[in-house]
Amino acid sequence: MPNDPVVLVDDLRKVFKVPVREAGLKASLKSLLHRETRDVAAVDGVSLRIDAGEVVGFLGPNGAGKTTTLKMLAGLLHPTSGTCRVLGHEPKGRPAELLRQITLVMGNRNQLQWDLPALDSFELNRAIYRIPRPDFLRIRDELVELLDLGDLVTKPVRNLSLGERMKMEIVGSLLHQPKVLFLDEPTIGLDITMQKRIRTFIAEYNQRYGATVMLTSHYMADVQALCKRVIVIHHGRILFDGELASLSDRFSLDKTVTVRLADGEEIKVNAPRGDIAAATGRLLAENDVVDLTIEDPPIDDVIERLFASGSAP
Amino acid sequence: MSPSAGGATTTDASLTNPPVESRTRALASMYATLMRTSVIEQFQYRAAAYFYMIGMVVEPVIYLVVWSTIARSQGGSVEGFTPGTFAAYYIVWMLVRNVNIVFTPFGWEWRIKEGNFAGQLLKPVHPIHYDLGYFAGSKLVVIVLWLPIAGALSLAFHPSLYPTLLQGVVFFFAIWGAYLIRSLVLWALGLITFWTTRVSAIYEAYFLAELLLSGRLVPMQLMPEWAQNLSWAFPFRWTFAFPITALTGPITERELLEGLCMQAVWIAVGTLLVALVWKRAVARFSSVGG
Repeated sequence: MPNDPVVLVDDLRKVFKVPVREAGLKASLKSLLHRETRDVAAVDGVSLRIDAGEVVGFLGPNGAGKTTTLKMLAGLLHPTSGTCRVLGHEPKGRPAELLRQITLVMGNRNQLQWDLPALDSFELNRAIYRIPRPDFLRIRDELVELLDLGDLVTKPVRNLSLGERMKMEIVGSLLHQPKVLFLDEPTIGLDITMQKRIRTFIAEYNQRYGATVMLTSHYMADVQALCKRVIVIHHGRILFDGELASLSDRFSLDKTVTVRLADGEEIKVNAPRGDIAAATGRLLAENDVVDLTIEDPPIDDVIERLFASGSAP
Repeated sequence: MSPSAGGATTTDASLTNPPVESRTRALASMYATLMRTSVIEQFQYRAAAYFYMIGMVVEPVIYLVVWSTIARSQGGSVEGFTPGTFAAYYIVWMLVRNVNIVFTPFGWEWRIKEGNFAGQLLKPVHPIHYDLGYFAGSKLVVIVLWLPIAGALSLAFHPSLYPTLLQGVVFFFAIWGAYLIRSLVLWALGLITFWTTRVSAIYEAYFLAELLLSGRLVPMQLMPEWAQNLSWAFPFRWTFAFPITALTGPITERELLEGLCMQAVWIAVGTLLVALVWKRAVARFSSVGG
């Protein structure tokens, strides 16, 4: 059905049992007889809905539950409770029909044959995903062109740079033309140029095919360039789900007024949103201003503040 | 096309379910690709492959020299084995041994830690196909490398090897049967890693039992009767002694047929074991984390 959500998650929880043991010989001996564990809720009651064609940024500090959520959506982890459905399928049983329509790219994991050119790994994916050869050749060449890979596909993967390898990973992950892309830190460790190239590519892929993308990244530039909507998760709970633009409105109490004076001096004033007009008026009245800007604080700062508070205000 | 912040989009090229090849054709294509990939990879490291084969020569040659010496000291044979039949046994042994090298159970820990396993779980095929196809491909290289070594050893040790056509045909199927049995059983064994990574002792015990009850260390005919009887209860002899003896003899037509049947039984047992343990291993992996 065209209006069915692509991802539908309801009160999803994942609790891990983590062994607990104090340091020292005595504690070690004690753990032989009785192993103590404690429950850690990596994902704690997450509910969300993502529609076809959306690009959603999934943000949170390390250990917030982002990757665990993505793994549950891809069927790698079984939820402790709650439900999730992707393209109408329950990912838990990893049905082949679902796996043929999704992909999970983890920036720190390598799925290509290390000693062989990426072309050989692509060929293997063709067979695994049962892609008819003419379609495979068309899609492969299209992706190689979009990512500007050229002859690199014929070089052994081990001889490629980190960024080139990541681009190859992305091509390999998209050959079967997945409808849903789970991208876990796809630009991690890459230089600015390569980050930008991959970002552009994801946007192009989304635009061209209408694929749904759920993206985690520590680089706010990725999120700002790609995602209209962001979901912020912390300690396994969703703190915010909405448009990126409204994040500042809701969670940043201040704005920054910057004025440049005739003598070249620059003055910056942080003022509460409600006082911005007055603060600006004072600056204009008291100084010989030649330029003025009013900005929201950087999105990183807003999110950092949100994480620090630990909950939505 | 210019990048833009993504909202819900609909395009003419939006993704419908793409056409797929038939399952059988795709699986055949996957095996062919994996085998080709494996051959390319093996040939990339030719020197390493030869060193590996040289390493593999050492073990059977030691057995061969020891047993030939014993045979000569006992008037020319041990329980009917002459230096010539020992030579035949251990030269064929070398091929059988190399063909039945499969993914080691010790490799599972690395596979899980490196994240390769999670990647394989995301593919819409059972990961065992990957190992079966990949390792089968490496055997093609092994066979090519074995031929000159077997030739050289034949010149040095003069094997008594006179197989019939039927023995040759059965041997062909038996070495692949052995490969399948060992792949399946060791795969199932390796899955124990999902419960505990401290499994070296179990694997060592398995390999020791295999060494003694398979015909790897000593031809089964030279083992005590109780050991020969015991070996029927394990998969080992069907992965070493049977394929070797199928080619070298002495073996009756009935024994050839029995051997193939026993291989079929162990392939079925191995498949069942993998199916049972795999389901639980994945459930375990999915509950404790990937």
